[in-house]
Amino acid sequence: MPAIFTPKVITANALLEGDVVYLTQDDTWSRHLADADVLTDEADAQIRLIDASARTSEVVGVYLADVSADAKGPKPTHFREAFRMRGPSNYPHGKQSEAL
Amino acid sequence: MYRYTDFDAAFVAERNSQFRAQVERRIDGNLTEDEFKPLRLMNGLYLQLHAYMLRVAIPYGTLNSAQMRQLAYIAERWDKGYGHFTTRQNIQFNWPTLRDVPDMLDALAEVQMHAIQTSGNTIRNVTADHFAGAAADEIADPRPVAELIRQWSTDHPEFQFLPRKFKIAVTGSPNDRAVTKAHDIGLRMVRNDVGEPGFEVIVGGGLGRTPMIGKVVRDFLPEADLLPYLEAVVSVWNLLGRRDNKYKSRIKITVHEHGIDDIRARVEERFALLRPAFTGVDQQLFAQIKADFAPPAFKDRDTGPFDLAYANDPVFRSWADTNLSAHRAPGHAIGQISLKAHGATPGDATADQMRVMADLAERYGHDELRISHEQNVVLPHVHMADLPAIHAALKAAGLATANIGKISDIIACPGMDYCALATARSIPIAQEIATRFDQLKLEHEVGDLKIKISGCINACGHHHVGHIGILGLDRAGVENYQITLGGDHTETAAIGQRTGPGFSADEIVPAIERIVDTYLSERDSAEETFIDTFRRVGMTPFKTALYGESDKKQKAA
Repeated sequence: MPAIFTPKVITANALLEGDVVYLTQDDTWSRHLADADVLTDEADAQIRLIDASARTSEVVGVYLADVSADAKGPKPTHFREAFRMRGPSNYPHGKQSEAL
Repeated sequence: MYRYTDFDAAFVAERNSQFRAQVERRIDGNLTEDEFKPLRLMNGLYLQLHAYMLRVAIPYGTLNSAQMRQLAYIAERWDKGYGHFTTRQNIQFNWPTLRDVPDMLDALAEVQMHAIQTSGNTIRNVTADHFAGAAADEIADPRPVAELIRQWSTDHPEFQFLPRKFKIAVTGSPNDRAVTKAHDIGLRMVRNDVGEPGFEVIVGGGLGRTPMIGKVVRDFLPEADLLPYLEAVVSVWNLLGRRDNKYKSRIKITVHEHGIDDIRARVEERFALLRPAFTGVDQQLFAQIKADFAPPAFKDRDTGPFDLAYANDPVFRSWADTNLSAHRAPGHAIGQISLKAHGATPGDATADQMRVMADLAERYGHDELRISHEQNVVLPHVHMADLPAIHAALKAAGLATANIGKISDIIACPGMDYCALATARSIPIAQEIATRFDQLKLEHEVGDLKIKISGCINACGHHHVGHIGILGLDRAGVENYQITLGGDHTETAAIGQRTGPGFSADEIVPAIERIVDTYLSERDSAEETFIDTFRRVGMTPFKTALYGESDKKQKAA
């Protein structure tokens, strides 16, 4: 039996600013995980990943990150993704300091 | 201090303009990331978790007040108003944008600084004893040697595509403050039986996933043979080094696989070929460089103001007892400025703090500052009479923490708060340990104790050679911290031994507290340091304190 495909989002770092971005449903890049398109189908996720990885003039290091998803939207399941979403824990820098 | 020649200035300017064009081509879409990445790494630019990071070399840890002020300016102009000093005597800016980096590099060049070879598979920034030229125990100043190696290695055509990075450290003192035994090559400046200067050459040390203590490949290398011999070592490894496996590519593995005798024979053979090609130009250059490092004119003055403050001000006394070291010149001291205020991020300084340190160096310290591999700043040449004024200025800037060498003077890598390679955070653990022992008011009771924390197996935080080492790992999606004990970063270098299973982020500070309590109860006197006690009593009492009695566990099971 194939492993169950856990929900994922496509994420990367922006080329110019270097900050964390997520791929939205309409194929734009958002700074916020809440805007990310949650992918639940493996074949779809792989195709979206290939297409997103080709956008090298916009982003660097595109990959699929695990999330848990409910009505409130995607949440990181690993602490590394939680830090990427928020910023460092020693200063209020990065996304946690930016107004939505 | 070394001043750039016209050649140096032109070289850096040329490299900066090349990189500016490369950045433009990347942004225009004419370079892919695969093409651009090695170019940006050659110029010290990383892409980390939240942003780009620019790593700037502070060669052999030495900088003047103008350079420190320029770092402050860069921090404010293009970053978030602070910089992070690292275990390799570099400074890292954590928040630049790609477009700004060429301007940052030009600003560095204005004060004779650069980010060349701070990354990539090249010979990296050469590090040296941070007390160089000042220490009472020094045989010779290692910085001219480090500068000579920098000039030889920068853009060396044979060594731009090495199997892996290559790190060299130099010490001019028998008391090793440069961790030479944990470098790819460590150089100890020594004298032979007839008093001639030379080097003991140590090869194959390193930390990371396979920690190794370096081995002596040559007992005594005459000074004039240095560059051909280094070239022989690096070229032997360049051919033998494992390019098939990143984890086996460092010279420590090559030395381990081939054995030191085989490596020595190959190096000597290569050296015999290379030596005649060095016709003495390198030695002329070395002589010129040495002249640049002539010691400042130390004045003999009354130390009365120091004695008065020491007798009357307990805060000053505590700082002086902890943060000062013996200087070679009468009436002088080496002052360490702790970047480890309790609860702060180890190695970070704000732009304002950088300017305060620059001002103090200019006014009282012969315009010299040093960055230590322990992530502190050093005023290498200060007269004792000026120390009360220096201390007062440091205190006003939040820089007068009296904890050098103590439990809160922790080395910590950036960890998962910044680094893309990290498996766990380091900084918050350092902050919590420092805060906890400050609350307990135990710091000075505990005495000399080195805690070193790495957020992954690559060991940038030197955890293997910490008296207490902490390694942060990802265990099934949760941060987990392994402890090692008995590491030593000095001339008696040793790799710490693992205590056993790791601890969660919540458990690690109480675990460190149990280790320290055990030391306090086991030591035979207040004079016996942690590392001496560990060597005498061994691992057992510490294991028991951490995990309980193994007998009881077995009975219960």
